[in-house]
Amino acid sequence: MKAKFLVPLILFIGLAGFLAFGLTLNPREVPSPLIDKPAPNFSLARLDDPARPFALEEMKGQVWLLNVWASWCVACRQEHPLLVQMARQKIVPVVGLNYKEVRGDGAINARGMALEAETAMAIERARRWLTDHGDPYVLSVLDIDGRVGIDFGVYGVPETFLIDTEGRIRYKHIGPITPESLKQVILPKIEEIRRAG
Amino acid sequence: MPVERFPKALRALALAALLGATPLAMAQQSVADPGLAPTVAPDPQLESDVMELSHKLRCLVCQNQSIAESNAPLAVDLRNQVREQLASGRSKDDVVDYLVARYGDFVLYEPPFKATTLLLWGGPVLLLVGGAGWLAYRLRRRASEVAAAGHLSEAERQRARELLAGAAQPSSESPESRS
Repeated sequence: MKAKFLVPLILFIGLAGFLAFGLTLNPREVPSPLIDKPAPNFSLARLDDPARPFALEEMKGQVWLLNVWASWCVACRQEHPLLVQMARQKIVPVVGLNYKEVRGDGAINARGMALEAETAMAIERARRWLTDHGDPYVLSVLDIDGRVGIDFGVYGVPETFLIDTEGRIRYKHIGPITPESLKQVILPKIEEIRRAG
Repeated sequence: MPVERFPKALRALALAALLGATPLAMAQQSVADPGLAPTVAPDPQLESDVMELSHKLRCLVCQNQSIAESNAPLAVDLRNQVREQLASGRSKDDVVDYLVARYGDFVLYEPPFKATTLLLWGGPVLLLVGGAGWLAYRLRRRASEVAAAGHLSEAERQRARELLAGAAQPSSESPESRS
């Protein structure tokens, strides 16, 4: 046991290795248990025609993105030009899930507000935002109370779900989409699904 | 606080703005606002169940707070979900399953025991058993060392007797050299 003095050093290196690995993880990115599971079904009012509901099944047969957004969400503004560009290039259809447009905005006290009034306000705000920043969505739906958001395990905006032809969630992107994440992760995954399907 | 992800610069800006706005916000809160009263179930038993369960569920926005403690909008939404579902007669396990299906085991402050958490739960036991084993090994070795040291040769015994009798110097010198 001549090398006994090395034991604390080895223990230290092992511990430091664990801690260094821990530093590379992002605790804000909670892995979704919904990956490879059927996307929770929903039927919500369309932003362009609130009298008409949109159901998830309508996208069956397509590979598409569900992008969670809101006009009060600052980080959404960051990814928005990329979505607009994707729409222009017709890479993949993107459906917008407008999440808690009114009550999610910390600047508005929406408690006690009637649902009709809140919906009308949400439509007005969301439409104005899309006019100002460009509308990359094939359509957007209104999740006024965030209930569908909970079904999708949304815990922040923006989040983006990649859904395959059978309506299964294949990938979840947390936070704004960046050109790198689009090129390195999302586009290859879309390719992979299209090749397999 | 809206639930969203700020880029770094904006986050710093928002923090500065928050710090600046805090006294103002507190001043506004102190003005009694009926709209800010928290939602509470009319049945006290139900409400205590809701709170008990909420304390075991982690808020995903403020990750070191339970959804009972956090006032993040999502925590409020989830608390309302818990309340609504318990009120409709679902069991606590049903509600937990509902949230785990959407947010994963991460929402549980007490992680479940399964293959991926084996080391987490088994780790302390492993350390205890390992430590106890090492201790037992060391003690046994020391005992055998002591036992081995206990066997003296006849010459050593003789010398020890002389030392104890004060007849010899504790060195290799001969007894005669003592003056």
